[in-house]
Amino acid sequence: MADVKPRIKVDKKQAKKGDLVEVKALVSHIMESGQRKDSAGATIPRKILNKFTCTVSGKEVFSADFEPAISANPYIQFKFRAQESGPVVLTWIDDDGRKIVGEESITVS
Amino acid sequence: MPSTFDRRRFLVIGSAAVAATALAGSSGPARAANDSDERIKHFTGGKTPAQGRIKLDLPEIAENGNTVPMTVSVESPMTEESHVTDVLVVANGNPRAGVVTFHFSPASGVAEANTRIRLATTQDVIAIAKMNDGSLFMTSKQVKVTIGGCGG
Repeated sequence: MADVKPRIKVDKKQAKKGDLVEVKALVSHIMESGQRKDSAGATIPRKILNKFTCTVSGKEVFSADFEPAISANPYIQFKFRAQESGPVVLTWIDDDGRKIVGEESITVS
Repeated sequence: MPSTFDRRRFLVIGSAAVAATALAGSSGPARAANDSDERIKHFTGGKTPAQGRIKLDLPEIAENGNTVPMTVSVESPMTEESHVTDVLVVANGNPRAGVVTFHFSPASGVAEANTRIRLATTQDVIAIAKMNDGSLFMTSKQVKVTIGGCGG
């Protein structure tokens, strides 16, 4: 799990100001719900990505609080309105505090 | 990715949960067996949401409750004056009700998001949108689950 690389797809790398840009992202993660038991009957501790944030040029455009009912290898799809060129940064935060970060960029004309 | 062993065990536990629910649910569909009412109350502050404006796209029948595609969309101009701030999604038949909370802003452009969720058994999924003026809109949809997710 050392180096998790999220797969990110931005539908318009070159957008006009005001266009809606769609982002699709998939990240490998077990999303252990904390509800399952192992073969010895002990509860497997919860370990999920609990927070997702997307910023464009440093401004937050969308975020989500994930709970254990989000499937393993969480997929997220959303849109934002293109305002200026800049980095599109996606961040997932694990229960253990570690971050998974992915970055794309868009050019707005 | 889970190993074959993991997956098999997951499915066994899941189907046991479905069977258990089927036995327990002899008096019609179980309403809010988990903390969904509390979660909704916490989100709405006790106000009753109106119907409409929010749409929940889910399959009628989910063969595999481990990964059910879900799209939530809310009608809103998404301007500074009028936009959706938060959308809460809960499932009333999972061990715990919480599924996801989406946070939008005028920069989102449109209040729409898609993810994949786990459903332990046949149940109602409920989505509530909160607007910047404090008004609330709710919708729900029943999903029939063949093989449960959430591991029981």
